Amino acid sequence: MELAIAIIMGCCALGAGIAMIAGIGPGIGEGNAVAKACEAIGRQPESKGSVTTTMIMGCAIAETTGLYALIIAILLIFVAPITMVGLLVDTISAL
Amino acid sequence: MKKSRLIFRLVDLFYIVMMILPPLAGIVLKILTTPPSEGINVSGAGIYFTIPMPIQDFPVTEAQVVSVIVIISIFFLCLYLTHGLKENVELKRQHLAEIIVEKVDGLVSENMGEYFKGYSPFIIAILALSAFSSLSSLLGLYPPTSDINIVAGWSILVFFLITYYKLKCGPLYYVKGFLEPTPILAPINLIGEFSTPISMAFRHYGNILSGNVISVLLTFSLSALSAKILSFLPSFLSSFPILRVGIQAVLSVYFDVFSGCLQAFIFAILTMLNISGAFPMEDYFARQSIKNQKKKKHVNQ
Repeated sequence: MELAIAIIMGCCALGAGIAMIAGIGPGIGEGNAVAKACEAIGRQPESKGSVTTTMIMGCAIAETTGLYALIIAILLIFVAPITMVGLLVDTISAL
Repeated sequence: MKKSRLIFRLVDLFYIVMMILPPLAGIVLKILTTPPSEGINVSGAGIYFTIPMPIQDFPVTEAQVVSVIVIISIFFLCLYLTHGLKENVELKRQHLAEIIVEKVDGLVSENMGEYFKGYSPFIIAILALSAFSSLSSLLGLYPPTSDINIVAGWSILVFFLITYYKLKCGPLYYVKGFLEPTPILAPINLIGEFSTPISMAFRHYGNILSGNVISVLLTFSLSALSAKILSFLPSFLSSFPILRVGIQAVLSVYFDVFSGCLQAFIFAILTMLNISGAFPMEDYFARQSIKNQKKKKHVNQ
């Protein structure tokens, strides 16, 4: 019983860590976006305002995939262990 | 003359009090209902009470209460800003109200086009509700935008509006939209249709929630770290988390203020783009002109 609970907790933590590998994608993407925005501002300093606004918009939208991973990680850490352990206890008591 | 001035002042005072009272009541309620706890505590919105319903019980959560508080506050803020509007401007607040209205009108006509000009009240409502809901965490209240139920409600509203504008050219045209470019891709188009509100809700809620979770984790780790560093002092001194002074304030500026306002702006922009993008304007006007010609023929006959 305790071993099963330990395995569930450990695997949930492991799964959350693996899910957050998705943070690489938005990191690279936003870095690219900011680099290009810096280049654009260097070329045309007078268009700084509109470039910055567009860049922030784009960064926020590029973040979405990372946030999906984050939501899954949060569910795995805070929600999944409780439900799964509850399920396990129910099954064992039914047996 | 003097009496009317006094009444004006009194109404002003009433609006200001009604603006400030709901958040205060929320803070008092939060203090009274939150049990003292130590350590990491990341939980969803607390449930105050449940109303029994035939199909499923209806829980009244913290997030709903705080969002109602925010709605009442914004309502009285609007009343205060528009109180005493005159053709020759007398009050400073009228300038502020005019600036807000002009900015939002400009934003809407820039992003949605002239046909959707009437949407600016809806857009500013979503913008203000989202921004003030996120900012309510500065007062120590539970930010309603970090609960997915609240944000999903808004994005479902946007989904209904999108579908309404897609159905404007008739149901056949709506179904035809799914079969493009080839009928094989219909299921993927269907998924894409439903992923719009889901991704809007997740983006907003995930950003605010991640800020909260990071703040809680940082608070806990800083108190543990300061206890480690100050361990040579007597116990009542070393238990004081000295490192927690000031460090989170810097993060709060990013996570609460900047991120909250930015996500509100992005939600409003996406609402505008999705609604205006769903409307097939040229086909709609072509259909309209054909219908009008038919009507004219009927009348002539």
